[in-house]
Amino acid sequence: MGNMNNKEGFFNRLKEGLSKTRKGFVKNVDEMIFGEKILSRNLFDDLEETLIMADLGPAFTTELVEEMKYRAGRKELDRPDALKKILKDHMREILRDSELPLEIPRDELYTIMVLGVNGTGKTTTIGKMAHQFKKAGYSVILVAGDTFRAAAIEQLEIWSQRVNVPLIKQKMGADPSAVAYDAVHAAKSRKANVIIIDTAGRLHTQTNLMEELKKLKRIVGREHEGAPHETLLVLDATTGQNAISQAKMFNEEIGITGLVLTKLDGTAKGGIVVRIAKEMSIPIRYIGIGEKIDDLRIFNSEEFVNALFA
Amino acid sequence: MFEHLTEKLDNVFKKLKGKGVLDEESVGLALKDIRMALLEADVNFKVTKNFIDDVKGRAVGREVLESITPGQQVVKIVHDRLIELMGGDASQLKLANRFPAPVMLVGLQGCGKTTTAAKIARFLMNQKKRVCLVSADVYRPAAIDQLSILARTIGSGLFESAPANDPVKICVDALNDAKTRGYDTLIIDTAGRLHIDSSLMDELKKIKDSVNPAEILFVADAMTGQDAVSTAETFNELLDITGVILTKVDGDARGGAALSIKAVTGKPIKFIGIGEKLDAIEVFHPDRMASRILGHGDVLTLVEKAQMAYDEKAARELERKIRKDSFTLEDFRDQLMQIRKMGPLEDLLAMIPGFGKIKAMKNVQVDEKEFVKIIAIIDSMTKKERFDSRIINGSRRKRIARGSGTTVQDVNRLLKNYLEMRKMMKKLTKGGGKHLKRGNFPFK
Ligand SMILES: Nc1nc2c(ncn2[C@@H]2O[C@H](COP(=O)(O)OP(=O)(O)O)[C@@H](O)[C@H]2O)c(=O)[nH]1
Ligand SMILES: [Mg+2]
Repeated sequence: MGNMNNKEGFFNRLKEGLSKTRKGFVKNVDEMIFGEKILSRNLFDDLEETLIMADLGPAFTTELVEEMKYRAGRKELDRPDALKKILKDHMREILRDSELPLEIPRDELYTIMVLGVNGTGKTTTIGKMAHQFKKAGYSVILVAGDTFRAAAIEQLEIWSQRVNVPLIKQKMGADPSAVAYDAVHAAKSRKANVIIIDTAGRLHTQTNLMEELKKLKRIVGREHEGAPHETLLVLDATTGQNAISQAKMFNEEIGITGLVLTKLDGTAKGGIVVRIAKEMSIPIRYIGIGEKIDDLRIFNSEEFVNALFA
Repeated sequence: MFEHLTEKLDNVFKKLKGKGVLDEESVGLALKDIRMALLEADVNFKVTKNFIDDVKGRAVGREVLESITPGQQVVKIVHDRLIELMGGDASQLKLANRFPAPVMLVGLQGCGKTTTAAKIARFLMNQKKRVCLVSADVYRPAAIDQLSILARTIGSGLFESAPANDPVKICVDALNDAKTRGYDTLIIDTAGRLHIDSSLMDELKKIKDSVNPAEILFVADAMTGQDAVSTAETFNELLDITGVILTKVDGDARGGAALSIKAVTGKPIKFIGIGEKLDAIEVFHPDRMASRILGHGDVLTLVEKAQMAYDEKAARELERKIRKDSFTLEDFRDQLMQIRKMGPLEDLLAMIPGFGKIKAMKNVQVDEKEFVKIIAIIDSMTKKERFDSRIINGSRRKRIARGSGTTVQDVNRLLKNYLEMRKMMKKLTKGGGKHLKRGNFPFK
């Protein structure tokens, strides 16, 4: 999709947005590493607490702590700050594979389907993405595929007006596939570049509602070869270990090609990202760091870890 | 939710129960598993620590080690402590002292406040209250529209908020309006906000100070991770909330954070949201939820649901049959029919003792088709067969399959599930069934 972010701005904004995350996380790690001169049992207990409190999950945390203990035992770690470096490197490594920004071609129609459980930030993210794409010179069409939740169509409509891009919609209760069908044809005749389809939030455990998404995906693919090109799962960063279950089940049922992690401006922890990255090989495309139109960042592992540990 | 935790604890307890004598070491081992399960369930780190220390202290005491059934003693301790953690008795909304009584819903973005506002309104309307809704969310696009549509759907009153107005003014005006129009409850939906957003948090304080709510309910997503505790703590410190509503409980989140919220705020969880439909809300019962965590089903909720939708006599009959272990295939069918009318099938099945444990049942799609199939199979049996499934031999199975347009495998599966369910019910009610009272744990 090219480099449509001002590098300087991006980094600063990311750091700003993540400052809460960083403060909460690094304060602890720093405190316990530099505050202590020797590697004691206590240090590892503290490390465990910090990692678990950051939502990395107990199993992964244990694995990580055991690894550190092993290295400490082999005298590879004779100073606390060496421990920090290892931790940092380890996380960076895990996250590096998840770093793969969306590449949207200039000359063909590209379809994005956005999924997730209720309230994770799908509609807001769509508004923010549309804004970014438009700024980068793409012509974007939004699709009001959440025909279930009260005023969901109106919500996306307001975003389409904010961004100033067209919205394809039908009435509440309409078949989302029919709306998407309209959108594909509208996009073709208007020679639009990008279609972003909003969908109703649903719990990943609601198998019957998964059928609706499968149909939507099928119809979009039937009307336009290769579509949807991107199926984005939006995850809320305040979610605990259940985010893994969401990612796995949506992936099994629908097939996920990218993740968006929202609300990183609020939670004091970002550890769930690390666990998701570790357990799934699905790229994290964006992170959401606020409710405003500009509060969307391309996920970057280097910057993310630096922002965590800086 | 809680299902995985249930399974894990089940395994731990199975190990414990197999032991004749319980030593410190095996208690320690079991508690290590319990600790991992709780953390995996998103129970807050510190809450988990306190829980484990507490249980350990009790579990290795003399009475436990010397009792004839030490495993069960540990089970009992874990169970009791879980109930304690989730907060004593079920607590109701306290609205009676003021007209109209303002109820304020607060919480993070996307936790489900707006839907919950409409659900509570509907819940109170069912108790013959006159309820008015108002949205103080002037920020999120179409949030006001969303609440208006919901108010129309449930037929409650609505104060029309002007998006250009200040949320505090909206609430004050709404309260005055509700008073003149004779409503007895005003439910205020507020915008989602971060606990660290001081200006928006301040707005909530102002709303509180100007309408003096009878209830301030903190709405929390059952899927929330470790951070739930600090969020709830901040909202509570600022607003002195009166209770918690846990949403999205119908998912598979283990909901551990919710357990912790009670522990750190000291405020009761009053309701749980169990679906997107506007009647998908239930009063929270800590004792029942603890039993559910421990995988012993929830006979009481089931019976209560049956009572609500049907006549009490039928419900009593069901309870009697479960106790007496005379639950026939015909009862099984009737029960399924009732359940279908009562709401989400999965939820109710989960409440039937043992259903959560029956692997085959868990993966069965309880959709309409599957349901019709089960009914058809049972309908194709003779009365005798329905009352005594033991007589259903191979040739009878073939006949039943033919008659119901299903396969012998379908019939086999149904019978297997039915028998497993009976077995679970029997286990649950062993000991004369006198333990079936709420809060009593059916120890064998
Ligand atoms: N603080 C914060 N709030 C967000 C973010 N993304 C979305 N939200 C808010 O989360 C709530 C739910 O978002 P919405 O887009 O309606 O979720 P949907 O149900 O998945 O479509 C709204 O109040 C949004 O403003 C984010 O990155 N940070
Ligand atoms: Mg939406």
